[in-house]
Amino acid sequence: MIHALTFYLFAVVAVASGLMVVTSRNPVHSVLWLILAFFNGAGLFVLMGAEFVAMLVIVVYVGAVAVLFLFVVMMLDINLLGLREGMLKYLPIGAALGVVLVVEIGLLAVDWTFASEAMTLRAAPTPDVAEVSNTEALGNLLYTQYVYLFQVSGLILFVAMIGAIVLTLRVNPNVRRQAISRQISRPKSEVVAVRQVRNREGI
Amino acid sequence: MADLWSVYLWPLIIIVAQILAIVLPLLLAVAYLTYAERKVIGAIQMRKGPNVVGPFGLLQPIADGAKLFLKETVIPTGADRAVFVLAPMLTFILALIGWAVIPFDEGWVLADINVGVLYLLAISGLGVYGIIMAGWASNSRYALLGGLRSAAQMVSYEISMGLIIISVLLSAGTLNLTEIVNAQQGMWYALPHFPMFVIFVVSILAETNRAPFDLPEAEAELVSGYNVEYSAMTFALFFLGEYANMILMSGIAVVLFLGGWLPPIDAAPFTWIPGVIWFALKVCFILFIFLWARATFPRYRYDQLMRLGWKVFLPLSLAWVVATAGVMVTFDLLPA
Repeated sequence: MIHALTFYLFAVVAVASGLMVVTSRNPVHSVLWLILAFFNGAGLFVLMGAEFVAMLVIVVYVGAVAVLFLFVVMMLDINLLGLREGMLKYLPIGAALGVVLVVEIGLLAVDWTFASEAMTLRAAPTPDVAEVSNTEALGNLLYTQYVYLFQVSGLILFVAMIGAIVLTLRVNPNVRRQAISRQISRPKSEVVAVRQVRNREGI
Repeated sequence: MADLWSVYLWPLIIIVAQILAIVLPLLLAVAYLTYAERKVIGAIQMRKGPNVVGPFGLLQPIADGAKLFLKETVIPTGADRAVFVLAPMLTFILALIGWAVIPFDEGWVLADINVGVLYLLAISGLGVYGIIMAGWASNSRYALLGGLRSAAQMVSYEISMGLIIISVLLSAGTLNLTEIVNAQQGMWYALPHFPMFVIFVVSILAETNRAPFDLPEAEAELVSGYNVEYSAMTFALFFLGEYANMILMSGIAVVLFLGGWLPPIDAAPFTWIPGVIWFALKVCFILFIFLWARATFPRYRYDQLMRLGWKVFLPLSLAWVVATAGVMVTFDLLPA
């Protein structure tokens, strides 16, 4: 009973906060609702027994991605009234996009067929939860069977990171940078002078 | 009815009692950490520190608490009220819930979960929200700048902390904190991983926004940073949260590197002292480093802080992960 109750709690809050992400006027509030939605997603993962994935969702999405999101949204200078004015102008385009997506999903849902052995393939590599811990099971799969995919996703992220750096790096020749190695390699005799100062006389 | 009692209510009462048994001593520890901080810094600067309220000034934290409790809570007109009030509560709650997985002694742990280390990483990663929300909701420039600085700083240092934790996990072979402590029987990880221990202690200084990395609340530049608009209990919650976080981070450092509740030598006079006392002593040692650093070092400049995090700690800890893994595979030391 408790299990079902917590499931419905997490599920309802997740959906509700998802709605609030879209409907709240203030973009910062939207991001905060999004974080609440992530949280409840993580809660649902815990209920499924996927504790490792739950913690990763919080560490990666809430702890890193959403922080950067919040960072950017806070820095935007948004005129809230101006945002609402454009609403009617863009409504037809948005509605059209929505309708197209719904129709596509509907077509897929009607026409979807599973490959005959898909379900068995999906269930096969999952070891018994009671025997192996989550982390171990995931590691065993990730670094053996799917090691190439894992490496490829790492490479993609790496390239994206380099791209972001290349796009934003501006070398300004006028900036005077601190050269720490030069600072600390100065000999003591050049920079420090020890004097005997007599009381009330000064140098 | 008996079923409801034995299945739901009784365990609930037990859990609530356990939570209180952790939280109440923690709050007391926070109060006396502020006292210890003022006494230690006073001694380092050859002053007396608080010595008026009660014997040796021991009632000073109580007086401070009462003062903050009796003040008026001011909410600025332009502030986002809901977020403004939520931020200090979030900071305080996050500083408390991390303790759920910390083992104080063999079996003395509220939730002995398999992903304890990840849970702690997640909790410490969330700590940034309290600060950034406070900075934004205050609708004040100083507060916003403090919040943004803090967000960048905490995200940067979390990465090297994560990598350091990975090298400990490689040696322990588990994510469960109790098992990590038990794996240190005979040799605390502070010895083989000594450079990482040092970097970890410096990183937790940055992660908790303490001196010399207390840029988010640099008085000289930002007045008081993210909490400049807060008063009375809302301020007190930030304050309690910051100090509880310091103790939590010290606890993590003790569990990961200093062998948790294990005595330094597994022999007669040391084993007479219960594990909880050892744990508390080790936490006090790390906390003393916090205070010592605050009294000793000048504040870092912001670009130096970022340089240290990204260009020094990150490559070093990454190299250490690779080296640890290499050594363990070569000499066949990997835990089963």
